Amino acid sequence: MNSLSLEIAHALPETILAVGAILLVLIGAIRGKESDGPMTELAVALLGAALVAVFLGSAKEAGAVFNDSFIDDRFGDFMKGLALTGSIVTLLMSGDFLRRSGVDKFEFPILVVLATLGMLVLISANGLIALYLGLELMSLALYVVAALSRDDARASEAGLKYFVLGALSSGMLLYGASLLYGFAGTVSFGGIAAAIGGHPSTGVIFGLVFLFAGLAFKMSVVPFHMWTPDVYEGAPTPVTAFFASAPKMAAVAISTRVIMTAFPGAVSQWQQIIVFMALASMALGSFAAIGQTNIKRLMAYSSIGHMGFALVGLAAGTEAGVKGVALYMAIYLVMTLGTFAAILSMRINGKAVEQISDLAGLSRTNPPMAFFLSMLMFSLAGVPPLAGFFAKFYVFMAAVDAQLYWLAVIGILTSAVAAYYYLRVVKIIYFDDPAPALDRPSGTQRAVLALASLAMLLFWVYPAPLVEAATAAAHSLF
Amino acid sequence: MFGFGILSGLTFLPLVGAALILLVPGETESGKNNIRWIALWTTLVIFALSLYAWGKFVPGVADFQFLEEKSWFGSGLSYKMGVDGISFPFVVLTAFLMPFCIAASWNSIENRVKEYMIAFLVLETLMIGVFCALDIVLFYLFFEGGLIPMFIIIGVWGGKRRIYASFKFFLYTLAGSLLMLIAILAMYAQTHTTDITVLLHAKFDPDLQKYLWLAFFASFAVKMPMWPVHTWLPDAHVEAPTAGSVILAGILLKMGGYGFIRFSLPMFPDASHYFAPLVFAMSIIAIIYTSLVALVQDDMKKLIAYSSVAHMGFVTMGLFAMNQQAVQGAVFQMVSHGLVSGALFLCVGVIYDRMHTREIAAYGGIVERMPVYAVALMVFTMANVGLPGTSGFVGEFLSLLGVFQANSWVAFFATTGVILSAAYALFLYRRVVFGKLEKPSLQSLKDLSPREMAVLAPLVVLTIYYGVHPGPILDACAGSVAELIKGYESALALTKTAALTLH
Repeated sequence: MNSLSLEIAHALPETILAVGAILLVLIGAIRGKESDGPMTELAVALLGAALVAVFLGSAKEAGAVFNDSFIDDRFGDFMKGLALTGSIVTLLMSGDFLRRSGVDKFEFPILVVLATLGMLVLISANGLIALYLGLELMSLALYVVAALSRDDARASEAGLKYFVLGALSSGMLLYGASLLYGFAGTVSFGGIAAAIGGHPSTGVIFGLVFLFAGLAFKMSVVPFHMWTPDVYEGAPTPVTAFFASAPKMAAVAISTRVIMTAFPGAVSQWQQIIVFMALASMALGSFAAIGQTNIKRLMAYSSIGHMGFALVGLAAGTEAGVKGVALYMAIYLVMTLGTFAAILSMRINGKAVEQISDLAGLSRTNPPMAFFLSMLMFSLAGVPPLAGFFAKFYVFMAAVDAQLYWLAVIGILTSAVAAYYYLRVVKIIYFDDPAPALDRPSGTQRAVLALASLAMLLFWVYPAPLVEAATAAAHSLF
Repeated sequence: MFGFGILSGLTFLPLVGAALILLVPGETESGKNNIRWIALWTTLVIFALSLYAWGKFVPGVADFQFLEEKSWFGSGLSYKMGVDGISFPFVVLTAFLMPFCIAASWNSIENRVKEYMIAFLVLETLMIGVFCALDIVLFYLFFEGGLIPMFIIIGVWGGKRRIYASFKFFLYTLAGSLLMLIAILAMYAQTHTTDITVLLHAKFDPDLQKYLWLAFFASFAVKMPMWPVHTWLPDAHVEAPTAGSVILAGILLKMGGYGFIRFSLPMFPDASHYFAPLVFAMSIIAIIYTSLVALVQDDMKKLIAYSSVAHMGFVTMGLFAMNQQAVQGAVFQMVSHGLVSGALFLCVGVIYDRMHTREIAAYGGIVERMPVYAVALMVFTMANVGLPGTSGFVGEFLSLLGVFQANSWVAFFATTGVILSAAYALFLYRRVVFGKLEKPSLQSLKDLSPREMAVLAPLVVLTIYYGVHPGPILDACAGSVAELIKGYESALALTKTAALTLH
């Protein structure tokens, strides 16, 4: 096999998406802007093909291609599978919502495909240049979709906020990257690791801090979380669902990869940062969500908290920790998608509503939806035997194993605080008197909600495949 | 069947019943009746199966029986079930109490019958699982999972302040258990196993033991509940529907005591020894203080709830005295209290269904209208007091006997609790049952219906049977308790020699 076909073989999912996105733009332009027509379906088919390519490619040897700037390994395959799943499910369940709100522009599926392409590149990045390319491709597409419903002041504000803060964070990341290049003399992660050895200089630490600031913004962890509640609330709900799922996977994946492959010699330096971010995110996510009345805002704080929990595994810095992170992201993805399927279907007489109190008495008006959503809430709260518990179990196990006792104790206590607001949703659904009934959700929304909820509820029956896949993914980084 | 044994059957059969109920439409009156019958038959089948297992169970040996093991989470956690003489009585007790809960809810639960019965059957799965699990994470799953159905049961079918009570119940128990989870993780980090049978023989460093012990204590003390973290119990009891109270008092409280025997005492012997005075002090305060609080209650359920806390004080005290009589007494006391307090809550439910109030002042002289009921309530009241001849006596006496050998002052203070329990229980009985029947609302009271009689009669019989013939339960746990104490003492001796050689 010559070098180009080898490179294409390793980057097959990315190639499919890149070529496909260009074709989609052409088709959209030729069709005119009358309707989105089959664009969503085409985009889903494209993402599906990429997912298949990821699966089929996961059996082959890991390999770094494109001058060592792009790596194709089990960890990347695992996280790419998650990101693609997030994008596909978001597209499937958002069509109905966008049509009803009159923003069913054909650009949306294309932008999602482009953002996903950015994520895949980001996940596979093996050097600072590829990292920045992937990150920006993802972010630029996300800035546009955040402001998708451009006649809505809230959505425009959300888009603008996200753009300004995102640009700032990109700037910081670039600054950090240039410092790292300056001190290490190379942009590849392996090269950086070799250059700094066990004793990072002050300049490298500066670069590390700035790099993390940029990545923390994308993961929306404290103290770079400020945009999250506003953007979650302001953006159209399908966009929020997208923000909460796929980009998070990519951001966490690249953070993990950078830490494990570029800075294994600077453990004591980055560990402090990650421990702080994890603690602050868990605490803020738990306490700030208590007073929320808007369910999208609630989910924003919940996602901040969950990213904090995922970082607990990262803070351990061990193979078990990475396994915990991979598993956490997989389970978190399913919970988020299921919850957003329910939020997307919250309509009263055709009008979208997003107050938590609109769910009151749902157990009388729509028992299946009430049950499924409640199970997701219990899972998000981490109550066993639901899958959310196992997600927390593995990250905290890694933290305790790495002797981060205080992180584990405080983290687990904040999860008791967080349980309060998840329970409050269950209380509103089950204990309160019925509010006006919600409209009947669309077929895909119902299917996504039911599947996600049952997957979380019955995870304990046959957990081995996912756990094994996460173990293999983590192993490939070490 | 399918490579699974009898314990898996006992644990997961309720889920089969729940799945059946899910398929029955629950809106019509006949549908509701079908659901009730399915639930009742499911619980009866499980009870019969538990009796069959009881027949095959070899009493008096220390080993775990009916072992099953399957790989589960790839590496690490495994699905391992098994029972010994300490856990098996609780499995049977759970299976025994469930049909009563279903029967007690026959008429009193009218809306959302389907969800109610499903919640109870799921709860049964989780409760039996707690006592069967031999993998510590599996145990934790069942232990915590019970919160979800109980939260829903209290919150949906409870009384006026149900929401407050359900949140308090959930968050209290969750906060306690999460600390235990950290301890479980730390134990895993030390030993790289979650198998309880291996952990029972693992030697943890005495300093680490103290932290682990405290973390487990946080969970079990809340569950028990021990003073001063008992305040969720009266709220939960008062607001829960009758069957919910029965399960809460009968089974859920026992999980705390079971946890002490299964984990704290054998796995952390040095820490248990170190903290025993603390437990004694908390138990005595619980016995005396909550008995006094029970005296001034004007809500029947609240009174029984406080008396439960006091009785659990005897259990914790007996457990930490760590000798054969005391521990066996504590196990017996737990089983007996499961029967008696469950029965007392059923009795309260009987008159609550008629009058819709639990105020003691709203009753008086009902013996004139309900003589049979008065007899049943008297038996249970006497058992609650600990009168010789009832099952309540055996457990209390044995634990006091054992505690006296360990620390006579503790026994002295605890004995005052026996007097106080007689005071509040008889005071309650007099105010409700005797006196003149003056209140016009009570004139039309009817005595027990056949259904209610069928519910209370077996409990009366068992209360007296185990009072005069406590052998079956004591024999069942004798071997395991002896093994527990042997391990405990050898561990203490080992630490002592190690300390002496250091000097």
